[in-house]
Amino acid sequence: MLRVVSGVSLLAERGQVTALLGANGAGKTTTLECAQGLQKRSGGSISLLGHDPAAAGAALRSRVGVMLQDGGLPPSARPIPLLRHIAGLYARPWPVDELVQRLGIDTFSRTTVRRLSGGQKQRLALAAALIGRPEVLFLDEPSAGLDPQSRQLVFDLISELRDAGMGIILTTHLMDDAQRLADYVYIIDGGRNVAEGTVQELLQRAPGVEAGTEHIRTLVFEAPPGLDLSAVLPAGIDVTEARAGSYCVTGALAPQHLAALAAWWEAHDIMPGSMSLQARSLEDVFLDISGKDIR
Amino acid sequence: MTRNPAEAVLDGPACRQEPASLLRRVLLQGKYESLAMLRNGEQLILAVVLPLLALVGLTVTPFLDGMGDSRINVAVPGILALCAMSTAFTGQGIATGFDRRYGVLRFLSTTPLGRGGLIAGKALSVLAVLCLQVAVVSAVALALGWQPPAAGWLPGLALLALGAAAFTALGLLVAGTVRPEATLAITNLLWILLGALGGIVLPAEKLPAGGQSLVGFLPSGALGESLRQAFLGGGLNAGAALILLLWTLVAGAAAIRWFKWN
Repeated sequence: MLRVVSGVSLLAERGQVTALLGANGAGKTTTLECAQGLQKRSGGSISLLGHDPAAAGAALRSRVGVMLQDGGLPPSARPIPLLRHIAGLYARPWPVDELVQRLGIDTFSRTTVRRLSGGQKQRLALAAALIGRPEVLFLDEPSAGLDPQSRQLVFDLISELRDAGMGIILTTHLMDDAQRLADYVYIIDGGRNVAEGTVQELLQRAPGVEAGTEHIRTLVFEAPPGLDLSAVLPAGIDVTEARAGSYCVTGALAPQHLAALAAWWEAHDIMPGSMSLQARSLEDVFLDISGKDIR
Repeated sequence: MTRNPAEAVLDGPACRQEPASLLRRVLLQGKYESLAMLRNGEQLILAVVLPLLALVGLTVTPFLDGMGDSRINVAVPGILALCAMSTAFTGQGIATGFDRRYGVLRFLSTTPLGRGGLIAGKALSVLAVLCLQVAVVSAVALALGWQPPAAGWLPGLALLALGAAAFTALGLLVAGTVRPEATLAITNLLWILLGALGGIVLPAEKLPAGGQSLVGFLPSGALGESLRQAFLGGGLNAGAALILLLWTLVAGAAAIRWFKWN
């Protein structure tokens, strides 16, 4: 038996965007497909609106919208007849014209699916997932292939639907998506969830820092290579030389740490170049947790 | 005018979404798939043009001489059988194979349609297109002088439906287990081989001696032979019907067992 996902435990609530964040192959799609009832799981339990998705009937499926990573739309179809067909499978669908207008599908309604751009295809797939006015919406990599305008459009709609009470679960490997959209993030790595929390909580996580106590910041500067700064800064503040001469100081930085660094530079007659102080991004958290290896 | 999505999407628990009725879902899918099949030029050639060409070919050549009172009376039942194989096996198999590649099967199985509804819709579309083929081929054949006995229609149409079921199951088995390109190659190749040598349009006794006994056990041979018997006034061939039923059950069970949805 191949265990792709083992040890993922997560909860997604109504009125929230829950993001599964992970590198390619981390097990995000597998997790999602088990929750959608598309893949048989060999163990564990999943509850979707109080039911087991593996045994989902039409009633449960009508309350759940799914946007697959590869779209799942027939290449020879035209957008509006396709949406009308899918709408017909529900008792009370979202009016097709309204959704078409909302997602800007009217601008390419005469084009077959195979000729749509990546972003147009994504918008159509989102419309197909929403046409049944679902209570739960699964989005597998929703921003893949979206240009900045489409992305804004899609993200605005997702936020509105969330505010209207829809429970939205999305996967992404883009930190920016999670940071902009997610109320709660699970970081998945090697088929397990390795960290979870609100974006704020995750941003405050760093080695040696209690969660939720201080703001993590990163100071980046250029200086002569090979400096030993470990004695200058207290434990809990990390110094790394990412490449020769480029230093990265991470931790709950406070004015006294900057003063200590400045004093040390003064004592050694060093003038650092291209210095910047950044708030920690979700990407930093992600790389800290799941390692920097390419997989 | 765009409504607030809060209003459009969630009308509250009193208005929880429900699926359309099962009948409506299957009918809709059947209609959608039928139209897709009829809009596809290659499928139309396979479904209508090639069988009509074969019909004309068999009436102007002496292949079927000596088997019935006229060439066309012997030819038409085989052409109807060929139509069933075109649509149920080759056309439907290729369409399903590519639907599988593009994730269409997976997406639709997450909608209220589900896997069962999807298969039912496909079977329905095969029957709908087959009805059109039978109407077109019969009209052309009658114009060319075909004289089917009235008693031939009931067993004939029943056998055609059974043959379509067997070929649909076989088409799904191929489409669900190999890549779509391989499905394309296999179903087209078998269409030509079974069409020419499988006892569909040419009766077994016209084939090379070695294969004659085998042909009756193929779905193509069983369907072709039994349709000729029915439309030449010989009634229902129960043995051939049983063979078709067995192919349907075995291929159907194999498709259920081995069909890969992704």
